[in-house]
Amino acid sequence: MEPFELTITEACAQMEEGNLTAIVLTESCLARIEEVEKDVHAFITIDRDGALQQAEKADKKRKEGVAGKLCGIPLSIKDLLATKGLKTTCGSRILENYIPPYDATVVSKVRDEGAVILGKATMDEFAMGSTSETCAFGVPRNPWKKGYVAGGSSGGSAAAVASYECFASLGSDTGGSIRQPASLCGIVGMKPTYGRVSRYGLTAFASSLDQVGPLCRTVADCALMMKVISGFDPLDSTSVKHAVPDYSSFLTHGLAGVRIGVPREYFTAGLDPEVESIVRNSIAVLKERGAEIIEVTLPHTEYCVAVYYLIAPSEASSNLARYDGVHYGYRDMGADTLLDMYKGTRSKGFGPEVKRRILIGTYALSSGYYDAYYKKASQVRTLIRNDFQKALESCDVIVSPVTPTPAWRMGENTDDPLSVYLSDILTLSANLAGVPGMSVPGGFTEAGLPIGVQFQGRHFQEEMLLKVGFNLEQGLQLGKRVLDL
Amino acid sequence: MKISRKQVEHVAHLARLTLTEEELERMTGQLDNILSYIDKLDELDTSRITPTSHVFSVCNAFRSDTVQESLPRNEALRNAPKQDGEMFQVPRII
Repeated sequence: MEPFELTITEACAQMEEGNLTAIVLTESCLARIEEVEKDVHAFITIDRDGALQQAEKADKKRKEGVAGKLCGIPLSIKDLLATKGLKTTCGSRILENYIPPYDATVVSKVRDEGAVILGKATMDEFAMGSTSETCAFGVPRNPWKKGYVAGGSSGGSAAAVASYECFASLGSDTGGSIRQPASLCGIVGMKPTYGRVSRYGLTAFASSLDQVGPLCRTVADCALMMKVISGFDPLDSTSVKHAVPDYSSFLTHGLAGVRIGVPREYFTAGLDPEVESIVRNSIAVLKERGAEIIEVTLPHTEYCVAVYYLIAPSEASSNLARYDGVHYGYRDMGADTLLDMYKGTRSKGFGPEVKRRILIGTYALSSGYYDAYYKKASQVRTLIRNDFQKALESCDVIVSPVTPTPAWRMGENTDDPLSVYLSDILTLSANLAGVPGMSVPGGFTEAGLPIGVQFQGRHFQEEMLLKVGFNLEQGLQLGKRVLDL
Repeated sequence: MKISRKQVEHVAHLARLTLTEEELERMTGQLDNILSYIDKLDELDTSRITPTSHVFSVCNAFRSDTVQESLPRNEALRNAPKQDGEMFQVPRII
């Protein structure tokens, strides 16, 4: 077994016993990257020298007896989290050469625990997309099947973790961007409660929906990563002062006393039969482990795509106004006037999906349309939030599919944005309601594509999702399978 | 039609984007399609519903007014497309 195949928990234990060093671990991941990256394309930037320096430092710390929770563990970071001195492009031409002068809070936190940052993961431009195909610097592919998408927008993060190029990754989730690629790539991904994790240094897409979270290979690794990155940050005024539990301590066998709700609106026409059967099988496993299964209802589910595709672009149109070519990033040097400079910079710097969302958002917020669009969507958002509150009064966790279908072929639907938006229907609500959501592998289709199971829970009860996810993982014992690499 | 080509052109100007003829044509069709779908929200009577702009009611986040280190000027200017060592430079405004 190669060192890169270990879990974080296993690698930490081996390093602590003196059987493994951070240098060996990092070199193992770098060799793996060398081997599969040309095929997977999960990275925009690989920081080989920086990684080896960090590994050396980690080994030194461990010798001194001050090893952090992630000491010597190689990670990747989605390319929209600021990394000091390391290029951060957001998958966009407009930030092609941007080098942040500071670290995002979550990046500081993993560094403080001794993590080794290998590089920056590919993603949809500004996290706008569901397949990572809107990335300006190459598209990651699904490690389980050639020619299939890794999902998005954290597609590079998911592909890198699934193909063993790194142990875990930090991604972001505005409408499913961690859970969906985790599901399509057969790994564990968590979108924490809004406010659980600092957004400082996360490039803003839709500020009321964005949340940073981990992508990992096991639930135990996810619990560990959550412990490291969670907590209030004075630099993010929307982060919440709420105690961070020791998530790992909740990973116990058995689900006696846990009520799991199955929302009937998530199992409707359009749901792929293989996806449904894998999720139903997972529910049976949870029942065997002692959970009580009940039916719940989230009646406004059918409206969430319309709500999301007004609110997210509206916030994005405002957040992306900052890319004007003045302080950083690309500038159209040929323009003679300020207005032409703005227009030239933005028109040449942004790709089509980003432009489309800026236009929708600008239109929805423009004079005369605000009430009909943005206000209306914000009102329906209240109804969606109330649905969750009510459903979660009768159960502890809501179980469902993550996506209506398995991963699809690259290049499909690229001319029909609405059909791609509709594929997000099962993940958007968690962001609109602010609740935590998680994807845990549930099985594989006949064609060999992984399918995830989604858990959503009450605000600040990530530990309940982790507990249920752990029991699914342990109950299923999917084991190791051979990737299509 | 939910949105006309002329409206898209106007919105693009507000967003400081220039669209080519081809982009304008394609975007108008796609935006029209998306906005027509969004009309689905009209099925719901929301006249008595308070809008949610944020999932938690955020109060003012105050901090004590103490002097903290700020980004040094050379650092702040490092990523600028055009600067003279002291200032960001832009095309003539007036």
